[in-house]
Amino acid sequence: MHPWVGAGPEDRRHILSELGLKSIDELFASIPIGVCVDGLDLPPARDEDWIRRALGEMATANVSMDSVPSFLGAGVYRHVQPSIIDAVLSRAEFFTSYTPYQAEISQGTLQVIFEFQTLISRLTGLDVANASLYDGATALVEAVLFSHRVQRGKRDLVVVAETVHPIYRRVLDTYAEAAGVEIVVVAPGTDGRLNPDDVRETAPDRACCVAIQSPNFLGIVEDLPALAAAAHDGGALAVEVVTEAVSLGLLAGGGSFGFDVVCGEAQSFGVAPGFGGPHLGFFACTSKHLRQMPGRLVGETVDEEGKRAFCLTLSTREQHIRRAKATSNICTNQGLMALAATVWLEAIGGIGLRELATSCLARSEELKRRIADLGDPWRIAYPSSPTFNEFLLVGPGTGTELVARMASEGVLAGIPTTDWGGSWPDGVLVAVTERNSAADLDALVGALERLS
Amino acid sequence: MTVPDELMYGRSHEWIRTEGDSVVVGITHYAQDQLGEVVYVELPDVGAGVAAGDELGTLESVKAVSEFLAPVAGEVLEVNGRLEDEPNLINDDPYGNGWLVKLRGSAEGKELLDAAGYREFLEQESA
Amino acid sequence: MKRRAIRDEPLFFERNPRRVRRQGYLLPALDVPDVEASVVLPTELVREPDPHFPDLTEMEVVQHFHRLSQLNYAVDEGLYPLGSCTMKYNPRLNEQTARLPGLTSLHPLQPQSQIQGALRLIWELGESLKTITGMPGATLQPAAGAHGELTGILMIRKALEARGEEREVVLAPDSAHGTNPATATFAGCRAQEIPSAADGTIDLGALDQMMDDTVAALMLTVPNTLGVFEHQILEIAELVHSRGGFIYMDGANLNSFVGRALPGLMGADAMHINLHKTFSTPHGGGGPGAGPVTVSDALLPHLPVPKVIRNDNEFELMWDDPASIGQMRGYFGNFLVLVRALTYIWSLGDTGLRSMSEVAVLYANLVRHRLKGAYHLKFEAPSMHEVVFDDSIQSRHEVHNVDIAKRLLDYGFHPPTMSFPLIVHGALMIEPAESVAPEEVEAFCDAMLAIAGEVETDPELVRSAPHDTPVRRVDEVRAARNLKVTWTPDEEGA
Repeated sequence: MHPWVGAGPEDRRHILSELGLKSIDELFASIPIGVCVDGLDLPPARDEDWIRRALGEMATANVSMDSVPSFLGAGVYRHVQPSIIDAVLSRAEFFTSYTPYQAEISQGTLQVIFEFQTLISRLTGLDVANASLYDGATALVEAVLFSHRVQRGKRDLVVVAETVHPIYRRVLDTYAEAAGVEIVVVAPGTDGRLNPDDVRETAPDRACCVAIQSPNFLGIVEDLPALAAAAHDGGALAVEVVTEAVSLGLLAGGGSFGFDVVCGEAQSFGVAPGFGGPHLGFFACTSKHLRQMPGRLVGETVDEEGKRAFCLTLSTREQHIRRAKATSNICTNQGLMALAATVWLEAIGGIGLRELATSCLARSEELKRRIADLGDPWRIAYPSSPTFNEFLLVGPGTGTELVARMASEGVLAGIPTTDWGGSWPDGVLVAVTERNSAADLDALVGALERLS
Repeated sequence: MTVPDELMYGRSHEWIRTEGDSVVVGITHYAQDQLGEVVYVELPDVGAGVAAGDELGTLESVKAVSEFLAPVAGEVLEVNGRLEDEPNLINDDPYGNGWLVKLRGSAEGKELLDAAGYREFLEQESA
Repeated sequence: MKRRAIRDEPLFFERNPRRVRRQGYLLPALDVPDVEASVVLPTELVREPDPHFPDLTEMEVVQHFHRLSQLNYAVDEGLYPLGSCTMKYNPRLNEQTARLPGLTSLHPLQPQSQIQGALRLIWELGESLKTITGMPGATLQPAAGAHGELTGILMIRKALEARGEEREVVLAPDSAHGTNPATATFAGCRAQEIPSAADGTIDLGALDQMMDDTVAALMLTVPNTLGVFEHQILEIAELVHSRGGFIYMDGANLNSFVGRALPGLMGADAMHINLHKTFSTPHGGGGPGAGPVTVSDALLPHLPVPKVIRNDNEFELMWDDPASIGQMRGYFGNFLVLVRALTYIWSLGDTGLRSMSEVAVLYANLVRHRLKGAYHLKFEAPSMHEVVFDDSIQSRHEVHNVDIAKRLLDYGFHPPTMSFPLIVHGALMIEPAESVAPEEVEAFCDAMLAIAGEVETDPELVRSAPHDTPVRRVDEVRAARNLKVTWTPDEEGA
């Protein structure tokens, strides 16, 4: 017997007799003997205390970002987590409910997604957004496939900036061959920014899209208008990838500059870093290409009494109807994460988001200034290039060594670029958010001083 | 189910009306009834060449997508532009304003059914 | 039945219509010098403030979401007999363990010495899933079942490539879930449909004809989407393997035989497991899911990277492996979902997991026993954890499965899965799962029988359902014809 299994031995006997059966085994008679087992070689049932203790031990064997001053970024960020997020997410009506196929009893979920779609649309500057995708890396993949479809499969080349997150590019490589596209990587200039002329020269008239990230992997803000123009000059779609969604609180989304797609990771909007998942991919595009957009979509309509209502729409793009011809094979969206982001954005508010983003910028600029003041052996790799809340720090030794030495000084200084090599020096990506107090900055600078 | 006498029919529920050396194609009353309310139509490019049995386009309802096939070979001369904003014409007037595509081609000697043949085919289908 | 006034809830963008400054969250005080964004950043890139992104007080936000939540049905409210979805109880213990700070506040790229507990957790779950399926390898990376399918098919393609073969066809039965052919296409293969035999299982004769050296894999669901076990599974696997193909198993229906049978013995080369189905992780209104894939020896070398490797009592990440298909998404998987699944598996234990599937099958057969006669059962083969009826009896009164579903809402139940599998017209696919007490299953049957009666005496009542829900039947045609997927300012005061 178990609390989570609805019928125990007595209940089962009762039902079996109602069905005219002697043993439960009779219901499994259609399984061939050759694949049957008598049981599983697993431990016995554990009670709650045991489980909490065992998982608690696994949890404390980790170093949490909240336990010491932390400056970790590179695509996963530590932002404020208003207490109401978890309170709302813990409502059973939200987290134990199913995909809103039955609109009449899912208006809560549907309206939340509609609000999420609208928020993403407004932040990215594009007409429409979907109900979310698995994460930023797969959102980029979907954007590339989308571009390929929009170009009717006539262009197989994909131009990607080297300063798009290396992990995103790794994931894109995995899908590229199956999708029938060829990836060409463009390196940044010496200022860490992508040169629009390099984009133009790379594959004129052959690329289905040009994908850039801003702020890029090095934390540097790209010249969006010029890059959109460079992509369009070659007849390619312009795709902007955003890994630090909070940047959209201060920086206009690519839609304002003519980008056809803005996609990426919205984990910064109230989703726990969670050791890499579940996160929250987002995707926005122009209404012209709405039918090619992957993922779920909620639309506004009315019920039979004329009352406003919401429902899933354009399902015909999706796998359960289109089957072999679907725009993607995505089935789930990240429903609960989209709820978290919606609560977060609505709690922080429009002006609040701008203040939050400004707080990140101010703290990052202050830290850059103080590190620059330290002088040798520390330097900001790209001192004159504009950054939002992340920058590359270079010092003696590799980035990995530096991070290890800083950890022994009690600071999680950042993410090393040692294993993520490219046209940039081996150093540490330092991310600064509204949660890094002046004391945190003191801790990092102090540790750097001691290590000099 | 309406089955106009003057038209020819294909086994995938298309109707064909000959106009000189071209044919106009649509889907039958039975087909639109099966499909439900059409919300979107994907039509071929003008100038495209098709063989008989090729997919000419798709019709989307809320819950399903149906291909409609070219009943004869030909070149696409014209598509019904009204369907972009008024896909309901396919449901409301399938043989008239709900026409889909005009092809340069001929219905002669093809494996098509006349009205009586199609009515019989329908009876067998629903049996 | 809940009878009290529930106010219509405006959209966030319709609140605070005068756009007055309010505050929903107190930010940490700025203890460094402030900056002017357009001085530090290129001016042309700085955004204009959005007049239609309001600020609300904390309580406004709380009330907004509280009221919205009241419009939802949920597993905690009552039965969700959705075939193929396995809507079981989402234990609160899972919610506690998934919120441990040492797990939530971890960055995936922290040095390995700082994440040993997390890596161990992933490894433990992988080992458990290998034991449960009887297969030697596992990856926990895929974000959902469909993602797991793609991972599996890509591994199969890689294995064929390693053999120097190129096969582009993937077979799937006509009863398959739509993700199967969609995955095949997405993976660069060509999906081909296999017809089902008269009893709803795979037609071995058809398979014999179609299985040649162009076929990379057969994708099948066991038991199939009718809830019927593929009794010829060993012959099917033998046929496919002997001709150089692979077996991909869609694990959506795993809840029916955990502890009773092993996919590893069935010849599965890759199988995805839906943690949000079989292993109780919550559906969250549409996600996140998790779709780990267990694999046979043949596919072991091709598992995605990064992989978690155990070295005595230490765990490490292997980021590169030339034989691997590569990386399928950022990082290691939906980690906080994995925590919930491991919690569940530990809580149930060996005997608990076995009784889980036994009761799942028992309940489905109880439903079959009670509803047979009132609803038409197209396939007579024994049902496992789900039973598929159709609406052919009710259709005589011009009442269809959609209407029955909407009428069930008035009885306080979520409807079964409908219109799937495609080989059953007007399908009602019922999977009670094992969590609820027997009385809840009986109450569901009572409601279905009552509706069957209403169809005979007052069909219009059923056709015009639902009557007692927050909104009446929603116009999905209008939603598709007049596409409106974002709020726009010109609809003030709607």
